[in-house]
This record gives sequence, C-alpha cells and structure tokens, in this order.
Amino acid sequence: MSTFVAITISGLALGSVYFLIASGLSLIYGLMDVLNFAHGIFLTLGAYAGFELASRLPIAAHAAGFLLTAAVAAACGAVIAAMTELVLIRPLYGRPVSQILVTIGLDLALVGLLLGIYGSNARVITVPAWLTGVTSLGSERIPNGDFVALGTGVAVLAALAWFLRQTRYGIIIRAGAENRDMVRALGINVGRAFTLVFTIGGAAAGLAGLLNSVVFNGGLVDPSQGDQLLIFAFIVVVIGGLGSLAGSAIAAVLVGLVQVYVSFYAGASAGLAQLGNVSVVLVLAIVLLARPGGLLGRTA
Amino acid sequence: MTGADTLAIEAAGLRADIGGSHILQGVDLQVPVGGVTALLGRNGVGKTTTLRALLGLQPASGTIRVLGHDVAGWPVHRIVRLGIGYVPEDRDVFTRLTVRENLRLAETGRQARYEQVYDLFPELRQRSGQLAGTLSGGQQQMLAIGRVLLHERPLLLVDEPTKGLAPLYVSEVIDALERIAASCTVLLVEQNVHVVRKLARQVVVLDHGSVVHSGPVGELTEDDVRRLLGVSGPA
Amino acid sequence: MSSVLGSDQPAAERHEAGTRRALARLGGRLAGAGPAGTPRRGGGRTGVIVTGCVLVILAVLPLATLQIPWILPGPVDVLNSAGTLEVLGLCFVFAGVAVGFDLLIGYTGLLSFGQVLYFATGVYVLDAALSVWHWALLPAAALTMAVGGVLAVLLGSISLKARGIAFAMVTLAFAQAGYYLIEDNPHGLTGGDSGLVMSTSRLPGMLVGVASTRSLYWLTLAFLVAAYGITWLVTESVTGQVFLAIRESERRTEVLGLRPFPFKLASFAISSLIATAGGMVYLLLVGTAAPEAVASTTVTVSILVMVVLGGLGTRWGAVVGAIVYVYLQQYLLKIAAEPSFSALPAPVRVPLSQPDFLLGAIFIAFILFAPGGIAGLARKRRPAKT
Repeated sequence: MSTFVAITISGLALGSVYFLIASGLSLIYGLMDVLNFAHGIFLTLGAYAGFELASRLPIAAHAAGFLLTAAVAAACGAVIAAMTELVLIRPLYGRPVSQILVTIGLDLALVGLLLGIYGSNARVITVPAWLTGVTSLGSERIPNGDFVALGTGVAVLAALAWFLRQTRYGIIIRAGAENRDMVRALGINVGRAFTLVFTIGGAAAGLAGLLNSVVFNGGLVDPSQGDQLLIFAFIVVVIGGLGSLAGSAIAAVLVGLVQVYVSFYAGASAGLAQLGNVSVVLVLAIVLLARPGGLLGRTA
Repeated sequence: MTGADTLAIEAAGLRADIGGSHILQGVDLQVPVGGVTALLGRNGVGKTTTLRALLGLQPASGTIRVLGHDVAGWPVHRIVRLGIGYVPEDRDVFTRLTVRENLRLAETGRQARYEQVYDLFPELRQRSGQLAGTLSGGQQQMLAIGRVLLHERPLLLVDEPTKGLAPLYVSEVIDALERIAASCTVLLVEQNVHVVRKLARQVVVLDHGSVVHSGPVGELTEDDVRRLLGVSGPA
Repeated sequence: MSSVLGSDQPAAERHEAGTRRALARLGGRLAGAGPAGTPRRGGGRTGVIVTGCVLVILAVLPLATLQIPWILPGPVDVLNSAGTLEVLGLCFVFAGVAVGFDLLIGYTGLLSFGQVLYFATGVYVLDAALSVWHWALLPAAALTMAVGGVLAVLLGSISLKARGIAFAMVTLAFAQAGYYLIEDNPHGLTGGDSGLVMSTSRLPGMLVGVASTRSLYWLTLAFLVAAYGITWLVTESVTGQVFLAIRESERRTEVLGLRPFPFKLASFAISSLIATAGGMVYLLLVGTAAPEAVASTTVTVSILVMVVLGGLGTRWGAVVGAIVYVYLQQYLLKIAAEPSFSALPAPVRVPLSQPDFLLGAIFIAFILFAPGGIAGLARKRRPAKT
C-alpha cells in the first residue's frame, strides 16, 4: 500500500491540529469547569489575523515570514482569549452554566460579525511556496504542510508538558484542577491562573486555526471554519477524558487517524463521503459506553 | 493600627447557610494572641464552617476581624496572605502532585524553611518525590501541617488533625502542634477532649451554630464536657 | 473535590413519609434559587387570563387587515399579509420546539446540544416520505413520529450513560453525525447540500397553494398550543416534580427510592418528540428541507439562546424567547434587504446586517445582567407572591 505512510502522516497531522485545540479546552475545563465554546472563534480569528498580516507583508511568502504569520495568529488568539476571560468569564464566577452559555453567545456574535465584515466567501492566506509543495519519502509524496502541522503539535505538547511540570504556574494549574479552594487557602490568586490557561488555550487555538487553513484547507479561511473544527476538538476532549492533557493527545491521534483512514479506504465510494466524520462519532459512542469518563478522564 | 491587638481573631454575629440549612446562627468568637484556642463541639454544630467562614471559603454575614483587619468580603487568598496557615479537616493535599510539589505550592517567595519542616517530619524528606495520593493518612497529615510551617505565620487554623490517625501519628502530631504553638496563635478544632486538655489554653464550645461556653481550659469540668459534648473523656 | 464540611445537613427531611411531599419539597426548594424558578402557583390566575387573551388575538390575526407601519417583518405592511403570517408561523414552530427543549434543560437540568437532530428528523423523514415515496400526509406523519421516537429512545439511552458535560458533548456529536449523514444524501433521500423540496402532490388542498397561508398559520399555532400543553401537563404532574428533583440533585432523588434513568429518558423522549413534530410542521410551512437551516449546530445554538433568553424553567419564557428571537432575526433580515440600508455607514451597517451578531450580543447582555431571562425580568417587576 504505497499511500499508507502518506495517509498515516496526514492523520497524525490532523490529530496535531485537533490536539492544539483540545489541549486548551482540556486545561480550561480541568481548572475552571468551563466548557469554552468560544474556542472556535479564537481559532477563526487567529486564522484571519494570519490572513490580514500575510496579505499586507510581502515577507509572508518566505519561511521567516510564515513564522511571523504563525506568531501573529497565536498572539491574536491569546489576546482575544485573555479578554474573554477577564470581561465575560470572570464576572460570572460561581455560575458555570452561565459561563458556558456566555461563550456560546460570544461565538454566535463574533461569527456573525466576521460574516458581516468578510462575507461568507473564503479568503486565501499567502504562504511560502514550499509549504504547499510535497516531499518524496520513498515512493510516497507527503505534503510539507503535514510535517509543519505535526511538528507544531509535538512542539506544543512538549512545551505544555514542561510548563505543567516545571513552572510554578504549571503546578498551580495542576493543583487547581484538583482543588481550587485549597489553592486559594495557600494564599495563591487562582484568578491569574484562570487568565493564563485561557491565554495559553487561545494561543494554541489561533495557531491551530492558521494551520488548519493552510495545511488542510488550501489556504482558505472563512468565518465558519472554527465551529466545524471545534466539534471535533470537543469529541477529542471527551474521548480523551475531560481535564486530561495526555488523554487529549492520545485521543487526538486516534481521531485524526480514524478520520483519515476511514475517509480514504471506505469513503471513496459515492454517498459515503462523510463516513470518516461519522465514524469519529461512533468511536466516541463506543468509548463512552465502555469508559464513561473517557480514556484518561478523572472520575467525576 | 493603634497598637497591637490582643485578639488574633474577633468575630461577631457570624451567620452562614449551606444548602438552605442555617449552620452558623450568630457565632461570637474571640481568639487571644498566643497559644492554642480549642473549638469544641459535636459533629455538625458548625466548627469547620466557622473556620471556613473566617477564611472566606464560606459565604457568611457578620463582622470578622483577623490579625487586625476587617476581612469580611475579602477574597480568600488575600485573607490568607495576612499570615494564616490552614490545615483542613480532610488534609486536602494535592494527590496528583508530589510531596515536594505540594510544599513548593505553599512557598510565599521568601526563604522557605524546608530544613525545619523535614526535621519535624523526616518521613516527608524521604518521600519528597512520591505522589501525595499514595501517602498514608498520617503522612498526608504531616504534609498538610508541614506546608503551613514553611513560613512563619502568626495564625494557624487547624481542623481535627488527629482524626482517623493511628496512635503513633496522633502523638507525633500533638508534639508538633505543641512546639508550633509556642511561637504563634492556633485555633484548633478538635473533638478529642484529651488532646484539647493537653494543648489548649482557651476553650470555646459550639452547639447548634452558636457559642455556648468560652473560657480557660482549666475551668472546663467533666460535667461541662458531658453536658456540652455528650461524651466524657477522649472521643 | 473540595474539603468536606464535616457538618451534616439536617437529616430530618430525608425521612419524610410520602414521595410526593418529599419530592415537592425537593423541587420546591428551587423557588427563587438560581436563574430558573419553579412553575408559578400563586400567579396562575392572572397568567391564565393573559394567555387566553393572547391566544384569542393570535387566532384571529389572519382576519385582521390592519396596516401597521415599520414593525412588521414581511415585505407588506399589513397585519395579515402572507409575509407576516409566515414569519409568525416560524415563530410559533420554534416556540413549540423551545418549550419542549425547556422541559429537558430547564426542568430536568439535562444540557443537551443535540435536540436539533430530532427536529431534522421531523423535517427530513416527512420530506422523504412525501416527496420520494409519495405517501399521503397522515401515514407519512405517523412514520416520522415513530422514527423520531425510536431514535430518541435509542440515542438517548446511549447518551445518558454519560453525565453532565460529557452528556452534552455526546448529544452534540450525534447531532453532528446526523448532519453529516444528511449531507451525504444516502439513496437520494435527503437531497444533500442543496436540500429537498417538499412535493405537495399528496397534501390536502388547504395546505397547498395561495390559500394555504392561513391554514399553515393556524397549524403552527395549534402545534405551539399542543407543545405547550403537553409540557405544562408533564411539569405539573408528579413526573414533573421528579424532573425538578433530578435537576437539583440526582443523588438525593435516589435516596428517595427513585431511579433517575427512566425519568431522564422520558424527559429526553418527550422533548425530542415535540421537536420532531415541530420539524414536520416546519416542513409544511417552509416547503423545503436544507441541512444548514435544519440540522446544523447553528439551529441548536439558536434554540438554546431562545430558551435562555426567555428564562430557563419557566415554559412561557421559552415561548416568548423564541418569538422574540425569530421575529428579530427575520425583521433584521428584512431591514438589511432594503435599499436605504446600504447607505448606512459601515460601522453601523455591518453589525446590523448580521442578525447573529445582535442576537449574540443581546444574549451575552442577558446572561451578564439578567440571567433569569425575560421571565426573570417580568418576575422582578411584580412584587413576589409566593
């Protein structure tokens, strides 16, 4: 099967994008009990920020320029996320359902705004030429974008793991996910940790949005892409277990691979184009029936 | 403020509701500076709720002065930063963090007294890389106490530290508390009257959400104990 | 998760004899607690009179040729114009679906993101039956309700294995799977992306053609009344008290000797069946089925916003919220299409051209400042009668 390796790498790359989104969702939920539906808009805004920058700076067509585009996408996601936490989430402390609902409202409003500004026609992000090219690996041709996505996912995973293990705020976040009140009772202002996880999640989401557009969408960015991705990210988070970063990583790989394999090997026939997507839902149902807390989820 | 307060804690008219039940119904509490003040009472009278209300962990109405400040309505971490160490009833160590990480969380930036804590509780030094969730009850209690000792704190709130511990650990904990109380104020919630007689200077008894007795420990008779607590001798 | 209190709740009430009293106490404790209250009891008389008047007005509306400038949502400024009646019909359909949804999320406390699946089932199964197999209306409708019911019980049972947030995510995932299946157009049954136009060949005459506007309007109103009536009956019964108890605390419901699962499933099924019926009425009203309008998460979000805007757990709040939402949305679309609209400066024009932006902003404002929704605001207006 000469395309197996290419398909697998593609699945892993897709999983990487899912992980970028799911990691933020998982951290936020673990620490704050908030299911952040606005994550989709962090994604989309990151992609649009990348688009705006790339369309203005000629440097975007070079490798260094792409790094800048990516940095801007992440920064945009981070800033919007931080503002969301400070302005909308914090005043609703103690009302978790309201917090979830307000993120839904924000997503609704901002997608509408983007539709108003950009229209529903997709824009194209300018990227370096090599990004859209392929590399030959033996007899297989693998898109370079896949490597970039995969590399980013692994890098972010490593960075997050280091952060959670070695830094003071990382320890605060892990402790807070277990028992917020006790963290406060140690004299620590948990609110700063809340803003921090939102910011981290937003940065990762912004990056994911850009990568998704560039690697999997032919460089196209449109207002509704965030919501589509978000649903898969939620599925990943639930399969992996809410609040577990490692679970999200494993589940992201699983979902990415399943989606790609099923799409390729079974979905080629007419009328089954969406089978890959449907099978992901099936995986979710199976995992939940066997382990209601997800693969690595905390119990209750 | 105008000269040192002689009261570490002064609370008046504390009321707190939990899930519709009136747990605290007007608690008036004075805790003098220095030594151990014990908060006694049967199960369910509101001892733990009182501690939590003082820390801001439990919404409550009434006036609360802690270490010279009016703290009603303050966020928890701000109250704690006045110099309070809290040892909760269930220890509440972070089970997925190591012993070392648990202690590190309790650091407040100044020089942390790890050596002193490890000297007091050598087992913690041995197990510093171990996950706190795998410690025994007694070891977790030592961790819970150890972390509030990393820095000198003028006030400690300690909730039933000997509950459920093997006798060997009970005496270790009592010894540790005795040494600690020599240099700070401790508000100790306990049901074990024997421990209270050994450690405490003052005794406050709660019943049905309010204070029914308050005074030096020497004045607490066996009759008082039987009447107020419904038991005689150690729990 | 956080430290245990050490004090026990007064245990007396747990041992109260009589399930109904204990349940009522458990459910009744919700009065005034949190964003949703309990069904009004004292204010009932006024409520009934007001509701009755409103219903009468709505019923005779199609006969009123009043000319009202500005506020009507249709292209013609006459009260009983086709445009107005269609928009109102749409309002009523969603109001009925919203009330059913309130039963699930407001009363039973089950946050489901997947009710749109059953709405879509109502639309698409009826459409397929009428347009692809050319059945008559009644058998087609019966089939649709049956499919909706079976699906609800089946998927509900699976979904309810998960608790809380995970449950919400599973329902979302199932709804999304439904969306994908519809897009795939299996066996040509759904028309895929471009939708499936309803064939009117076997519909009764009064539902077809120019004269149908009034009949359809009355049909949607009847649906709303039925949906509201069913919800009202369920919530006022003992079962409804159990729903409220489950919402407050499943554990304590079990202590009272009840298994929560059959009740949760019942709530889920009733809510889903109402949504299915709503889908059928929607199809008859609108005449086509399109996945984006009928099966996407956008619809889920809309219904959620409607219910919360109106006030969770108040029934009539969901109705009001839905009517306000749909009406506003259609009205804004109408404004945006007017020629004078494009003359507005961009900072005003762009946000106004997107109903979602305004509705989302209003939604956020309500959550921050009026979490009880419209019903909550109305309640604050009157002095509290217990």
